[in-house]
Amino acid sequence: MAYVLRRLLEMVPVLLVVVAATFFLAHAVPGGPFDKERPLPAEVKARLEQYYGLDRPLPVQLGNYVVRLAQGDLGPSIKYPGWSVREVIGSRIGVSFSLGFVALLIAVLVGVPVGVLAASRPNSWLDRVPMGFTLVGICVPSFVLGPVLALVFSLGLGWLPPCGWGSPIHYVLPACTLGLITAAPLARLTRGSLMEVRSLDYVRTARAKGVPPLRVWFVHALRNALLPVVTYLGPAAAGLVSGSFVIESLFDVPGMGRLFVTAIINRDVMLILGTTIVYAAALLFLNLAADLANAALNPKVARGR
Amino acid sequence: MSAPVAEPLASESGWHRFVRDRAAVWSGWFLVAIAAVCFLSPWIAPYPFMAQDLAHSAMAPSAAHWLGTDLLGRDVLSRLLQGGMISLFVGLIATSVALAVGICYGVLAAEVGGRAEDAMMRFVDIVSTLPLTLIVILCTVVFGQNMPMIFLAVGGVSWLTMARIIRNQTREMKGSQFVQAAESLGQSRWGIFRRHYLPNLAGTIAVCATLTVPGVMLLEAFVSFLGLGVKAPMTSWGLMIKEGADIMEECPWLLISPSVVFALTLLSLNFLGDGLRDAFDPRSSRK
Repeated sequence: MAYVLRRLLEMVPVLLVVVAATFFLAHAVPGGPFDKERPLPAEVKARLEQYYGLDRPLPVQLGNYVVRLAQGDLGPSIKYPGWSVREVIGSRIGVSFSLGFVALLIAVLVGVPVGVLAASRPNSWLDRVPMGFTLVGICVPSFVLGPVLALVFSLGLGWLPPCGWGSPIHYVLPACTLGLITAAPLARLTRGSLMEVRSLDYVRTARAKGVPPLRVWFVHALRNALLPVVTYLGPAAAGLVSGSFVIESLFDVPGMGRLFVTAIINRDVMLILGTTIVYAAALLFLNLAADLANAALNPKVARGR
Repeated sequence: MSAPVAEPLASESGWHRFVRDRAAVWSGWFLVAIAAVCFLSPWIAPYPFMAQDLAHSAMAPSAAHWLGTDLLGRDVLSRLLQGGMISLFVGLIATSVALAVGICYGVLAAEVGGRAEDAMMRFVDIVSTLPLTLIVILCTVVFGQNMPMIFLAVGGVSWLTMARIIRNQTREMKGSQFVQAAESLGQSRWGIFRRHYLPNLAGTIAVCATLTVPGVMLLEAFVSFLGLGVKAPMTSWGLMIKEGADIMEECPWLLISPSVVFALTLLSLNFLGDGLRDAFDPRSSRK
């Protein structure tokens, strides 16, 4: 418990640094949000900047921002007048979260069994064929797999809608793209670590004692072998995040990734900041969750810290 | 990992082990070939990559245009070569940046030791949990979408793994006898770094670098795909894939050729990296 608290406290300075760095970067983006094709009258622009607090010195703005952030206020959006950044993100985050969750589920449900299967018959076709596929999965980026899947399953076979959002069927292509890409390294990791664990003494002992082979495999070996896999879920989630930028633009999904990209294009400073902070916080939490899951699985880790 | 390799003899050099790894060797040759045609593209490309020919736009592959033409009638093969030059260039330069930072950081951390070392490595842990793609995108937008900036931004977020590995290796060497011997002979820290650490790290560095290149190229492709990296009229494989994906219904060849070349290049780099690691890193060559 104290450990969880310490880790949570550790996040605060990290997030502050992220806020500050993103703040200055976002404000340094050339071109302001009010620079349109037809320039606004100087007076109007000044009023607008005053309204959004953009006329104050940067450090003051940053201070105000942090104070408001502590109260859970991410400020007003500039490109969506009348909306606060919190509302804009709130309307999008569910989409990205559910998409990411389904993708991660697919990744685990495909990746881990494939790895277990491959490790159960090393160097047979059951090992070679899936591992060959995972190599391809590692090297084919999501923005290649996505269009190819769309080309085959929606334009070629006409089974799935190529883009859009709204019904569960719209999940299939984007979630599979993200999920399969993530499943590949998971499968390789599962296989590698199972191969390592099964040659250890305690597994041999269990087998010698006459524990049924399937029980040795799933209870004794797999539990330890999954440790690196669980640890990898943190970075994997980060991969899903950057994948989501591309996938959401590709499949026209109204999620956070597309929001961030349009915010950058629109120079919506407040929205850039908001999305970055939400992403950073989400990743930090996911990593913490992965570490905690690791500790739950492995008493050595739990005591060692 | 890939090809079945006979049990290596203790006396056998890493090079021999590497040469026997057929997948890695073929990958190496493939990479050499790709790099050669891409970097020679200004001289050997069939058309100038920017030359538009609107009368022959969006044509399927033919004898005149082996890989077809795009919407502006530009030759896809020529663009593929030019884009490859950019992508490989980003891969090489950004990896060098990552390498330089990673080595300095890793060796420094191991050298200072104690609490400072812990803090430095904790920093790496924390930074590597952050959404780095966002930072790269922000950087390229802020400092302009020019080449040097893309190199720096991509390299600047790719050194973390390198720093970790280098620090672990240096730490092991630090206590070893040959380093102690050099210390007792009065060699300076810089001398030890140059004469002892670097040569011993060379293998690790080579492996790390080979395995960093694909990640770096992927990152560049990501950013370019979003339209925030390499800018027209220049092109890169990521940008070409993006342009192809936009009109894949009408002109699938615009998507297929860059995707295939890009995926093959990444695959080869991974094979080569794995082969080098199995051959030159004694610790990871266990089955």
